[in-house]
Amino acid sequence: MSAPRPRLLLGLVHAGAALLVAVCLVETLGSGLVERGTALAFGILVALGELARWTGAASREAAPLGAAAALSYALLGENDGQSTQHGVAQVIGVVLAASLLGSVPHIARGRPVLDHLARRVLTVGFAAVCFQPLYNQGTFHGWGTAYALLLLAILTLTALCDALLAAALAHSRTRWPFGPLLRDELRATLGIGSAVCATGAVMALAVAVAGLWALPVFSLPLLLTQMSLRRYAAVRATYRQTIASLARATEIAGYTPAGHARRVAALSREVGRDLGLSEAELTVLEYAALMHDIGQLSLVDPVPAGATAVLPVEEQRRIALLGGAVVRQTGVNPQVAMVVERLADPCLEQPVAARIVRAVNAYEEKTRDAGPGGPLKALEELRLGAAGDYAPEVVRSLARVLSRDCLTPPVVG
Amino acid sequence: MEATPRATPARVRGYVVCVTLGALFCLHTLPTTPTPWWAPALLAALYAGGAWLSGSFYPVLLAGAFLLPPSAAALVAVPGALIAPVAGRPDLLRRLWRAAQLVIAVWVAARVHWALGEHDAVQASDFPYALAPAGAAVLAFCLVLTALDGGILKLADRVPARRAWRGLFLRSLAPISVHGLAGLMMAVLWRSPYGPVAALLVLLPMCVSWWVFAQYHRERAAHQATIRALVQAVDIKDGYTRGHSERVGQATMMIARELGMADERVEVLRFAGILHDVGKLGVPTRLLRKDGPLTPEERRVIELHPEYGHEMVRGISFLGEARAAVLHHHERLDGSGYPYGLAGSQIPESARVVAVADAFDAMTSNRSYSRARPVPVALRELEKCAGSHFDSRMVTALVRAVDQQGWHPAVTADETSVPPPRPSVSSTPGAHR
Repeated sequence: MSAPRPRLLLGLVHAGAALLVAVCLVETLGSGLVERGTALAFGILVALGELARWTGAASREAAPLGAAAALSYALLGENDGQSTQHGVAQVIGVVLAASLLGSVPHIARGRPVLDHLARRVLTVGFAAVCFQPLYNQGTFHGWGTAYALLLLAILTLTALCDALLAAALAHSRTRWPFGPLLRDELRATLGIGSAVCATGAVMALAVAVAGLWALPVFSLPLLLTQMSLRRYAAVRATYRQTIASLARATEIAGYTPAGHARRVAALSREVGRDLGLSEAELTVLEYAALMHDIGQLSLVDPVPAGATAVLPVEEQRRIALLGGAVVRQTGVNPQVAMVVERLADPCLEQPVAARIVRAVNAYEEKTRDAGPGGPLKALEELRLGAAGDYAPEVVRSLARVLSRDCLTPPVVG
Repeated sequence: MEATPRATPARVRGYVVCVTLGALFCLHTLPTTPTPWWAPALLAALYAGGAWLSGSFYPVLLAGAFLLPPSAAALVAVPGALIAPVAGRPDLLRRLWRAAQLVIAVWVAARVHWALGEHDAVQASDFPYALAPAGAAVLAFCLVLTALDGGILKLADRVPARRAWRGLFLRSLAPISVHGLAGLMMAVLWRSPYGPVAALLVLLPMCVSWWVFAQYHRERAAHQATIRALVQAVDIKDGYTRGHSERVGQATMMIARELGMADERVEVLRFAGILHDVGKLGVPTRLLRKDGPLTPEERRVIELHPEYGHEMVRGISFLGEARAAVLHHHERLDGSGYPYGLAGSQIPESARVVAVADAFDAMTSNRSYSRARPVPVALRELEKCAGSHFDSRMVTALVRAVDQQGWHPAVTADETSVPPPRPSVSSTPGAHR
């Protein structure tokens, strides 16, 4: 499932993109640009789309307008009823030049753009190779409705390729498992990806019917989509901060040591990622980890040092149920409350997120005041721990994650 | 659009009946040119499906207005408007109202488009010129919709007519224009050789946008519930402050409005009021619930709560200046407050607002150390301390706001829902609601 050599994969993608660009540039420079007005109009739109690129953490498609414009140029067959002459090489040349131009501010601010550009060039190249040669031979002449469906089919294939590429790039950059990454990318394709593809097809068709006037008019709905996506990302970020503050309540109230919830959340997320959880499951896991101690707020006497892992199981279960009740109040996804409620159950009956939080919490409590040898000893204790308390596969994954980070507790800002 | 109140007054019913009669008149004029039946049928089915899912699916209606003769275009709106779910009680009346309103608006839009000489809608070749009649039609659509809505607002809620109309119109013009462009795009592609299939593609980005928007609203609601949970965590500890946070939020909002602050700032200040005591989570429950006077030592511990609170909320970036308000809401103008003993304009404005609101609610509700005082007495007390403890600007604003609107603290958050078992702190006769 996962590629053996992450770095090699990254190199392959970049080399492929570079080769494609080199060939296309040579050919374009050799034969010169045809239909400069059209090329200029699409180029401007692509560049504007890149300029408006948004660097939110939750973004899959950072520049939807740029992507849609580039794809529609790749699939442009007619302009105002006249057949176009441009080929694959010119499409790639124009898109690359415009993307580079639009990326100047991003490069100036030191943001990485190389992966993004490679992905853009390869996907647009794929779409153009599928469409332009056959179109220029006159294969699709007079297809009518079937022509629209053909564009849609090509775009669907392109979107699949793009998801594959994005997952491969993310895999080689982060070394997270490839399968879940691909799944997340495909899921994102259904959302913003489908909007981008539909807009790409609509632009290509609309320019064919109405000429270049269609471009500014028809990019508006996609801008609207981008705006709502941004607001969604913003409110998600705020929400996460608020949850983290709520989690700090137990620390302020003196029930748990400072930073405990944050450390457990960060480490749980790593372990969840290692175990192949999807993005949505990771969010549930993170929120549950942040709030796993919140049940202690309703205790009359604080547990010594907030260490719940050493309490009798009955007491642990009571705290977990109290915590679940508080979490239910917060209006978070009910799954989070369920995870918190079942933190103290035997691990065979627990959902996987609860297993992770339980093991990571125990690890965090054990290593907190232990010296340099602490992490190894804590892991050993978890491995040997009372049968059924900690899930073996979670402990193994925890060990993997920790060995990657050289057995130091993760330092989170 | 959802303005009809619970008990529908007769005048509102009358208004809806009149509008419905107008809509029937629009539908009754048969098209003069023969139209294929399948186009309106397809659009109507599309609109019904879309309206069922997301509420207002205007691009389809506007595409109909650009493509079809007026009465056929108006007919497109009917099935969707009748079957889509409505929010609120007189179910049938609301559906009827929505259908009638849309029929008239679409009919007028189609008439305008027709009259401007674009009979065969959007023949693609003259594209830049097709924008003008389409723009006029969209403007007419928006005007009619908001005029009818404004009418019902005036009749049902007695909002002043001009204000209601202008506000509604300005707010809906931008979204309806984008819908209009999408409708135009649909119409162009519908008439093109690529046919209705290509037109359907236009709806996809719009659908994604609506879906994301719905997600956004869900997440926002969850976020507000979480903030409320933060407040409830304080309530769990301190029985006397039940509802205090929400009321201070409300008083803060009244002061901020009275001072003429921008809407976003008012919202941030409301959060400041709601969260100002969140640091009490860090104060031992025993001290918070203590009856009788506190020792100096105990007082010092309680006076740590602004700093605890600031420590908790400082990671929430959207709170902005509300974080400063949480830290400084116990500072006094003459510098005798805590935690830093800031004086005069050193105290952030947000903190000065919250301080007044906090003191006002503390005086008008029962506490372990004092009984509630009547509102006028509390206001007079505040005015007496203005200048030394409180900023007189804020005090004046509160007095004016209470004069105009009265003081009706509405406690929404808690009452019904406190999860963990609380040691009984009852027997507080007349505790504030």
